[in-house]
Amino acid sequence: MNAQPASIKTYAFVWGALLLLLLLTWGCARVDIGVFNTLAALGIAFAKMLLVLLFFMHVRHEKKLIWIFVAAGILWFAIMVDLTLSDYLGRGQVQQTDLRRDLPLGNRR
Amino acid sequence: MAEQHSATAEQFDDPLQQREAATLGIWTFLASEVLFFGSMLLCYIVYRHTYPEAFARASHHTLVAFGTLNTAILLTSSFTMALAVRAARLGALRPLRWLLGATILLGVVFLAVKGLEYREDLKEHLWPGRNFRSDLPVEAQIFWLLYWLMTGVHSLHVMAGVGLLSVITWMAGRGRFSAAYYNPVEVTGLYWHFVDIIWIYLYPLLYLIHRYAA
Repeated sequence: MNAQPASIKTYAFVWGALLLLLLLTWGCARVDIGVFNTLAALGIAFAKMLLVLLFFMHVRHEKKLIWIFVAAGILWFAIMVDLTLSDYLGRGQVQQTDLRRDLPLGNRR
Repeated sequence: MAEQHSATAEQFDDPLQQREAATLGIWTFLASEVLFFGSMLLCYIVYRHTYPEAFARASHHTLVAFGTLNTAILLTSSFTMALAVRAARLGALRPLRWLLGATILLGVVFLAVKGLEYREDLKEHLWPGRNFRSDLPVEAQIFWLLYWLMTGVHSLHVMAGVGLLSVITWMAGRGRFSAAYYNPVEVTGLYWHFVDIIWIYLYPLLYLIHRYAA
């Protein structure tokens, strides 16, 4: 933690940036840009989260130990989503192999 | 028993160590909260992937004006909360009380707007079950179930935050904090910002699917 806290100006700037990003995400949702609608929505949400984490929650001035705990929350959520989606997204895409099939001798290489 | 509440508790060597323990404690709790909300978000991801059209149609019935206004309110409350922690750190106790009061007020306004929005949602028959509106596919009820669940649990967190902030404001009024000791203000602030971050994700996921088609 720094000896001097951030200035009111810094906090006001972050607040303004958060409101601008809110306006941006609302605007993006009103235009059809296909898959980028979802990507923009999540990207802007991520940017807003970083602003809150780093400035309002002072993570940028914290020790590495705090960074590890913040990352752990996000990482374990990512693992949970990843393992679950590897099931749901993969369903029906695995080819069935018939192991009992006997190939004619001539086709064997 | 310490004579002053501002004193370092006996299990700590110095105020710095005490502050680090408090901060690490709240971050541990917040990491567990990520997984608590994460399980609902995961449920949302799976069902939105399975029924994309039903989710888009269901989401059109959310009231985006209420949602956008509430996002702005919560972001602003995080701003006043950050300023409150700053004031506590500088030992500016009078601004601290005002800024805590402003944060509580914004939290209450958020809940009031959410309540008005819930009333409109109920009028539109958007509560899943027997009386759910018949012009929507049956899978749209999954979206609305998750809407009520996620915004409901989030609102409970805002209520808890308002309660905690009220206690902190009362403590500030009794002169419990100083530039040397303000851990409770800081820790409550971290919780409040976390609740804000959850809403930052709920807003686009619930209100902003295929808005251009509406």
